[in-house]
Amino acid sequence: MNDDSINQEAALGGEAETVDTVGYDFGLSRRGFVQVLGAGLLVAVSPIPALAQRGGGRFGGQGARTISARIHFGNDGTITVLTGKVEAGQGARAELTQAAAEELRVPPGRIQLLMSDTALAPDDGVTAGSGSTPRTVPAVRRGAAAARQALLDFACRQWGVQPDAVEVRDGKAVHGPTQRALSYADLAAAEDAPKLLGQAIPADVAFTPVKQWKVLGAPTPRPNGRDIVTGAHKYPSDIIRPGMFYGKVLRAPAYGAKLTAIDLDPAKAMKDVAAVRDDQFAGVAAPSTFQAEQALAAIAKTAQWERTPQPSSKGLFAHLKETARGGMPANPFQEELAQAKQVLRQTYQVAYVQHAPLEPRAAVAEWSDGKLTVWTGTQNPFGCRSELARAFHLAEDRVRVIVPDFGSGFGGKHTGEAAVEAARLAQAAGRPVSLRWTRAEEFTWAYFRPAALIAIEASLDGQGALTSWHCVNVNSGGSALDTPYRAGKNRGQFVGADGPLRHGSYRALAATANNFARECFMDELAAAAGADALQFRLAHLENPRLRTVLEAAAQRFGWQDAVGKKTPNVGVGLACGTEKGSYVAACAEIEADRAENSIVVRRVTQVFECGPVLNPDNLASQVAGAIIMGLGPALREEMRFENGEIFNPTFRKYLVPRFQDVPQLDIHFLNRPDLDPAGAGETPIIAIAPAVANALFRATGQRARAMPLAPTNWAA
Amino acid sequence: MDKTFAFTVNGQARTVTTDPERPLLQVLREELQLTGSKYGCGEGQCHACTVLINGKSTPSCITPVRNADGQSIQTIEGLAQGERLHPVQEAFLAEGAFQCGYCTPGMILGVVELLAQTPKPTDTEIRSRLQGHLCRCCNYPKLIKAIHRAAGQTQGANAGPQSITNPTAEGRVSKVEGRRAALASLASRPPALASGNLRAGT
Repeated sequence: MNDDSINQEAALGGEAETVDTVGYDFGLSRRGFVQVLGAGLLVAVSPIPALAQRGGGRFGGQGARTISARIHFGNDGTITVLTGKVEAGQGARAELTQAAAEELRVPPGRIQLLMSDTALAPDDGVTAGSGSTPRTVPAVRRGAAAARQALLDFACRQWGVQPDAVEVRDGKAVHGPTQRALSYADLAAAEDAPKLLGQAIPADVAFTPVKQWKVLGAPTPRPNGRDIVTGAHKYPSDIIRPGMFYGKVLRAPAYGAKLTAIDLDPAKAMKDVAAVRDDQFAGVAAPSTFQAEQALAAIAKTAQWERTPQPSSKGLFAHLKETARGGMPANPFQEELAQAKQVLRQTYQVAYVQHAPLEPRAAVAEWSDGKLTVWTGTQNPFGCRSELARAFHLAEDRVRVIVPDFGSGFGGKHTGEAAVEAARLAQAAGRPVSLRWTRAEEFTWAYFRPAALIAIEASLDGQGALTSWHCVNVNSGGSALDTPYRAGKNRGQFVGADGPLRHGSYRALAATANNFARECFMDELAAAAGADALQFRLAHLENPRLRTVLEAAAQRFGWQDAVGKKTPNVGVGLACGTEKGSYVAACAEIEADRAENSIVVRRVTQVFECGPVLNPDNLASQVAGAIIMGLGPALREEMRFENGEIFNPTFRKYLVPRFQDVPQLDIHFLNRPDLDPAGAGETPIIAIAPAVANALFRATGQRARAMPLAPTNWAA
Repeated sequence: MDKTFAFTVNGQARTVTTDPERPLLQVLREELQLTGSKYGCGEGQCHACTVLINGKSTPSCITPVRNADGQSIQTIEGLAQGERLHPVQEAFLAEGAFQCGYCTPGMILGVVELLAQTPKPTDTEIRSRLQGHLCRCCNYPKLIKAIHRAAGQTQGANAGPQSITNPTAEGRVSKVEGRRAALASLASRPPALASGNLRAGT
């Protein structure tokens, strides 16, 4: 990562990403490579380490500088809006279409949104960190508003009239007194259109005020929904190119294993099969997946591996504690601890989990005239382009990454390893290759949400007020680490450690772990202070937005009545939190079945506030989806591994939420059109796990201080 | 050893010469270019690959092509009649019952079978009969709603009601009372002993 990207992240207020990239390097000297490309086209760049590196990501992106970089007006009246953001089910396609339609003053159906083709679209940064709503929506609005202004200026000049006599509506500038009209297509056909549309987008262009919104704020369906329900939409795994082969990559038997020898001949002897080994990379390509699987099995038998001992999930948290960089930091608030009425300390554990997007990593790669085109599902198209350029020692302008709307990501697809692998196979086969990872590959070799060990110590005075708070997250990150409560002397610290698995982003990243620990601990503190969990929080909470969601959730749930009820094995819990500028509170009622060692979440109330609601339908999907998805790592999801081998890389053994896990849901949104919009894809996931854990305590009297709340962590 | 298999797909007669053990999903996608059926797990655990074989919902990723010989197969591509969507497709579209949509083709075919057998399913029936269908975006509440709509029913009890209010307009933005006053009300209760391994007063 260079200094610029660090500064950019700091400016955006996002924490630096810690995504482990694979760091393939297919070196300059390799013969097959030169044959494909032609030596004259190679561009030398400084070498990067061939082994996995912990690389920095970037959320930023330069965006569009000019109107024409953001919007293309066809002479036939088509309006194409360009963005580097991707659609993975989170709703950016609808939302960015709304943003453009609102400012251009056209119905959303008139707009065609071209997303994430690095040859055509501006770099709007990684689709991550809930950034599309607060950053890309304004960027698109700015470009569209500038275009509207350009149309207005053009019309006024053509007619020699004043701007106050002209209105832009339904895609046309209309002169009231004469009813003359000029459209965006007329503007695009004008002689000086390149100049008019090539002008820089002013930073201070006027937005349509919220009160005049017609499209933003209104329910807007996904523009390509019809293609979704008919099966016509082409996901990255559906792309077919002429003469295309299907690829398979040889995977190591365990983390840390090195390939020392392999015989490719058994594959090469098969009809139409290409096989390649390039240092640690080996793979095959064949006319069908079935043949590729057979070819891979044939060479896998000959592979020899050198293995090194690896940590296991049993003993993981001791390993993290032992390897915490600089050791576990001491509590700096010794004076407060000495004067306190009570001091509480607790440690929380959060397991490694996988995103398990329903579409595993997939890429189609095609080489032509020394240029590489890749269709793949990545949240980071421009980063993926850089990864490809680095791996193959190409200039970035010789690489094109196209990202069709893909089958979910949840923060798990910030990298481009599948694209690099497909490109290497395509090179070897001399034709386009489609590589689709299997579910087991996705579970094993995609990066994981990092495991966390979180230690919190706090002190209470005689009135039950917090006087100090010291929280340390080991290994998983600093998101939402600072407590939103007024806690007296207060410090949150993130400490890196030797995490045994490849790790990276996840929906809300470490905010889920940190919120889980803090909200569970707040419940323990409330009990120590002899206070109700809700009242104790409110007494320490000053942020009005967070207070409002918490009070609203408790009221809708009927907290006061529910918490007083004594039903055996049934309990209620609540939690709240804030992350990336939005606010959430959840109340949950659960039933613990001690005989079955299971937890049934019976009902959940969640109140969420992210400023103005831009698309209520999509927001409903995001929030309900986040709650239910969050139940997985709360109740069951946990990667189990021993000595570098993953034990449960299947949906049979790794149990994600299904229809029967869905609780009775009451979801309420607080709409704040007076505020700036914040993203909504992540924060709604952070409150459910601690709410359920706190409910489990009231149901059983047992504190489970680990995610998942598996029976081993709570059942007697 | 390759063999030739004949079946109908979406009403059209097709023949394929291939390995008998090759999964039907791969044959549909790679030989017939019908990519609407999706790979999600390869072991019949997610049902993204669901097709109807003689009307029966079947995970095509674990169905060897030899089992399809002589059968009638329906995929998502064959559900709409020209421009006219099937009622289940209409309902999914109307309710926005997808996020990424990767599970949608298999889910829709699963629902087509469900409604053929149980035209007016209850929430409980929907949940148990579709338990095998994974939606990783967890859009289950809207899926349940869409299924009720396709069945011509008003929404079920568990469809996840959502509502929106503006707390500013209603004067409901929380006000912070004095911290000491708030704490005083806490302190009026006797301190309770917290669970076992907390240390107190050290």
